[in-house]
Amino acid sequence: MLPKQEVVAMLLAGGQGSRLGVLTKNLAKPAVPFGGKYRIIDFPLSNCVNSGIETVGVLTQYQPLELNEYIGSGQPWDLDSMDAGVHVLPPYQKSKGSDWYKGTANAITQNIPFIERYNPDYVVVLSGDHIYKMDYAKMIAFHKEKDAAVTIAVQQVPMAEASRFGILNTNEDDSIYEFDEKPKQPKNDLANMGIYVFTWEKLRKFLLADEEDPGSDNDFGKNVLPAMLNAGEKMFAYRFEGYWKDVGTIDSLWEANMDLLDPNVPLDLGDPDWRIYSRNPVMPPHYIAKGSQVQNSLIAEGCNVYGDLEFSILFAGVYVAPGAEVMSSIIMPGARIEEGAKVQYAIVAEDAVVGAGAVVGMKPEEMEDKDKWGVAVVGPRAHVAPGACVAPQEMLDAEEGVKR
Amino acid sequence: MMRGNDVIGILFAYVHEERVRELTENRVMASIPFGGRYRLVDFALSNLVNSGVNKVGVITEQNYQSLMDHLGSGKSWNLSRKREGLYLLPPFGADTNRTDGLVASLSSIHRFLKNSKEEYVLLSNCDTVSNIDYRDVFRFHTEKNADITVIYRHGTSPDTDRNVVYTVDPEGFVRDMLIKRGSDANCNYGFGKCILRRQMLIDMVEDCMSRNLYDFDRDVLQRNLKDLKVFAYECTSAAYTITSFHSYFEANMALMDPKVRAQLFLPERPVYTKVRDDMPAKYGLGSSVTNSIVADGCIIDGEVENCIIFRGVKVHKGAKLQNCVIMQDCVVGEDCRLDYVVADKNVIFDAGRKMAGYQSYPVYVGKGSRV
Repeated sequence: MLPKQEVVAMLLAGGQGSRLGVLTKNLAKPAVPFGGKYRIIDFPLSNCVNSGIETVGVLTQYQPLELNEYIGSGQPWDLDSMDAGVHVLPPYQKSKGSDWYKGTANAITQNIPFIERYNPDYVVVLSGDHIYKMDYAKMIAFHKEKDAAVTIAVQQVPMAEASRFGILNTNEDDSIYEFDEKPKQPKNDLANMGIYVFTWEKLRKFLLADEEDPGSDNDFGKNVLPAMLNAGEKMFAYRFEGYWKDVGTIDSLWEANMDLLDPNVPLDLGDPDWRIYSRNPVMPPHYIAKGSQVQNSLIAEGCNVYGDLEFSILFAGVYVAPGAEVMSSIIMPGARIEEGAKVQYAIVAEDAVVGAGAVVGMKPEEMEDKDKWGVAVVGPRAHVAPGACVAPQEMLDAEEGVKR
Repeated sequence: MMRGNDVIGILFAYVHEERVRELTENRVMASIPFGGRYRLVDFALSNLVNSGVNKVGVITEQNYQSLMDHLGSGKSWNLSRKREGLYLLPPFGADTNRTDGLVASLSSIHRFLKNSKEEYVLLSNCDTVSNIDYRDVFRFHTEKNADITVIYRHGTSPDTDRNVVYTVDPEGFVRDMLIKRGSDANCNYGFGKCILRRQMLIDMVEDCMSRNLYDFDRDVLQRNLKDLKVFAYECTSAAYTITSFHSYFEANMALMDPKVRAQLFLPERPVYTKVRDDMPAKYGLGSSVTNSIVADGCIIDGEVENCIIFRGVKVHKGAKLQNCVIMQDCVVGEDCRLDYVVADKNVIFDAGRKMAGYQSYPVYVGKGSRV
């Protein structure tokens, strides 16, 4: 028997993230690079450690190879402890057949034996596609104080945008009386952040009941939470004020990266009291050459910058050749931007090459038809031939050959 | 691999630290910060690890707290292992005085040497920045059937009071060996690295100790030159031995040359160091950086030219830095002007401070000072 852990966190990392297109073709969404040296999953993992949660189960299903390798023993997050730590939990074969994770709730249900090993009082369910810094300990304290069965973190959003979110309709004491998924006529402005604290005993009961229901999609939002509400369980909204962003789309991923360059955005990655841990590349510091211009950018180690940078983020080991211009773009690890190439409002993925004189993306103000504007994406290991052009909104896949 | 695990690396963390008094006031030679994110020991350790050596003893003398803090369990160098790994060998319990010489140091670890099973020992100082594949050296050692193989460079030797200069025949055999003062042009100078059999080392050290001889170069190498097959392996890639404060400064500045970086930082033989979990460096609007090396965690809002900026340094708006080495977590206030300044860790320059040295005489600002 392992020592009791008051709280176990379960991180849902199995989704395909199809809206990220080529970026998640061979990669689980939580492993997508973010912010110059991180991957998305570093945020929930670091939040767990910084909040004092020492046991984390990571539920993987879609393209887990790179994610598994990245998590490894959990040492970069200090999650390699003897009795607790991070555990990767793929679906597995049981004596009575085997199943993929059918839904978010089913993924937890299949791992009840894992959770029970720690005999927890509370289970925190997190998703692997949000960028935020949050002290879960405070939310758990709130949960205890309210003696709730479920506490859901919410963020106030402008009423006009509320119809894009899952809205929680609450009473005056922030207890929840209704779930309203992307309402046409929103009654409230509290958006569900996908961060849940459950009293384990209750969650276990409802998960098992949900499993018995053949008509259920085994999904938290669609099935389990409404069932708990209908049964009259105490459910509370926990208001979180701070930076939080879903990075499930190309646009939001690009925006969240750009937010790091905005001094007015309250997401400080340099805070020594709330570090975001990650696997660190073993590379020398970066070099900025004579004649290059760097303005308002983040640059990771191992980069060699000979060209110009503006409002951009360079991940480890990126090369920007003399005369190349990179503007409002995200260049992922190991990518090369060759001489005279122009990269604007774009995401250039890992180990991609933008050939000499090529043009990727465009400034919105230079577009005739503004509706056609969007972030251009060069997929992992894709090559843009010298002088070629990748249009806004276009997504270049390495397997489709070289872009000419 | 380098004969699997058949080699122990022994690093002398303290040797020659009197040559850079400024930087070793609070630390040993091995833990002198270098190149934006490293300590000198990182190069010595990474060379061993990248050559397949996974048992390393680090001999310290005094002031080694910062080194212990840096090395920890050896995890960052992949040396925190169940089988072998990193051994710190502090002076406690040693019945000899290590300051007497390397022979005394080696004698003080005779138990460590005796209890090891590896056939060979690779001895190395920690005062040189280099990226050497010891597997090549080892192949040379076996091919020549050598008793001892020393590593040397050809060129102008550093200006110290004690250089080891070899006369090497075309086969690599050492015909003569001088220990002399001052710099020579076109010579083959050693930089404190050699390979030999473990048992031979133990025997020679015991023999020297019984005769009150403590000088490794003179009493082990030179004295036995006629009786042993001593060969010399030439290191042709970039290597910088820190022999003075000025040479420390120059070695840092040499990193601006892409050719030097390409020889020191090879993707297949990376230089490992302690992880700090800093965010990537952030350049503000209006910042201007040219020909500089900048590490993670820096926030640059001012102007930086020809500088090495270590991890976590803040350069405020209006500050102008030229030809400086600024070590970790320093803060350079608004409108400062710094030229040829080497600032040790945690130095604070209040707004508007001006300081200048000269290329031949960079100014040093001590650890934790406030200007």
